[in-house]
Amino acid sequence: MTRLSIFSLAANALSGHKKWAPTWRDASPKASYDVVIIGGGGHGLATAYYLAKVHGIRNVAVVEKGWIGGGNVGRNTTIIRSNYGLPGNEPFYEHAMKLWEGLEQDFNYNAMVSQRGVLNLYHSDAQRDAFARRGNAMRLHGVDAELLDADAVRSMAPFLNFDNARFPIMGGLLQPRGGTARHDAVAWGYARGASDRGVDIIQNCEVTSFLRGADGRIIGVETSRGTIRAKKVGMAAAGNSSRIAAMADLRLPIESHVLQAFVSEALKPVIPGVITFGAGHFYISQSDKGGLVFGGDLDGYNSYASRGNLPVLEDVCESGMAIMPMIGRARLLRSWGGICDMTMDGSPIIDRAPVEGLYINAGWCYGGFKATPASGWCFAHLLATDQPHQVTAAYRLDRFATGHVIDEKGQGAQPNLH
Amino acid sequence: MRIPCPFCGDRDSHEFVYRGDAEPRRPNDDTGFYDYVYLRSNVAGPMQEHWYHAQGCRNWLVVTRDTCTHEIAGAVLAREAAR
Repeated sequence: MTRLSIFSLAANALSGHKKWAPTWRDASPKASYDVVIIGGGGHGLATAYYLAKVHGIRNVAVVEKGWIGGGNVGRNTTIIRSNYGLPGNEPFYEHAMKLWEGLEQDFNYNAMVSQRGVLNLYHSDAQRDAFARRGNAMRLHGVDAELLDADAVRSMAPFLNFDNARFPIMGGLLQPRGGTARHDAVAWGYARGASDRGVDIIQNCEVTSFLRGADGRIIGVETSRGTIRAKKVGMAAAGNSSRIAAMADLRLPIESHVLQAFVSEALKPVIPGVITFGAGHFYISQSDKGGLVFGGDLDGYNSYASRGNLPVLEDVCESGMAIMPMIGRARLLRSWGGICDMTMDGSPIIDRAPVEGLYINAGWCYGGFKATPASGWCFAHLLATDQPHQVTAAYRLDRFATGHVIDEKGQGAQPNLH
Repeated sequence: MRIPCPFCGDRDSHEFVYRGDAEPRRPNDDTGFYDYVYLRSNVAGPMQEHWYHAQGCRNWLVVTRDTCTHEIAGAVLAREAAR
């Protein structure tokens, strides 16, 4: 495939943009593959890309029931960060952050990665202490973190409501290397890179059941486009993980919940980076197109409906008006919902399934987008070597039974509160 | 979503607290606790679930709701459902 550069852009401009080749091959399924990945979202495509690029496994299919990038990789709020506190999480998300930093050069596609900073606001002494602890944990893992006082926050974001009676802003925890990326382009870039190396991307292909060998091992999938055999099957199906697992007679420690997000009309640049108001359940950033992209909490009830309800929209807008009154002048353009695979401890699972031949990549809660590169990298490692990558060694499926949960928020087994 | 509370009548879901799937039963000994606490069927379709009418009659309800459409088929008091 043509290498994209200023020269290819100029050549295509001079020929009236009529000679652009499709970004990836829309493949039809073959009878068998070395690896079949269920789910053509960011994680599935990244897995296929790194399988082909890093491990040399190119006889791979990504099967997607709709179109690639039509699920959560197209339904998130595009934030990338690695500001986690627990040892099981921080090295993994920092691995993702480092991959983000070199991603565009690596897959030769403009994913508009922009490290404009992620700022978490705090409003009390207790919250400041908790943020200082998390910031210190990050720095001990070699990750950038700065604890800001109110004046430093004021110089970054003078438009915030500093004197809110209930939530006065005392400062914030800043990760300067965090930021945003163009979510669709991430899917397209990985699809292009994978397709280029021989991976078949098969759309409109829904998995309906697993093929089992005589010993019970999984040896392929039945799909709406026929039978596909595979030496290994990996699932990266996000909100539909439980439904896929049920086809293999597994129950997962996961509930599917809907998370809404919102975007305003396009405005001139007003918000410097990502700002989160955790105490009030509101976070916001501004896209390069100018829209204010914001969201808050889960709706809170199990859902596969890909849309939420008005009470949460009200909550999010109230929180937004409390912390950032200037957004009251902007009109809301769109809202949408994504189905999050919420685990019982709020952390993901990358592990072999109890059934031979099946590999699980699930439980991303509402943090899947930022994890995309490392999730693909580590899932590819697991599929290729049958060993967990060192930064995902804690993301075991059996950690709930053994008591090694990774509960960043300390909420216990209550998925709608993580 | 509006939930037909058997005690208060049709009320906005905002008045309720959601607890989740009503199917898991607390086991009598330690062996079933992992299943009870962590594993979920995560049903796509009609599901029975616990809602607490915190800003109403403070009854626990078992509500039947379709997780694919958010359509609510009915609600009974949890203590009656347990009988």
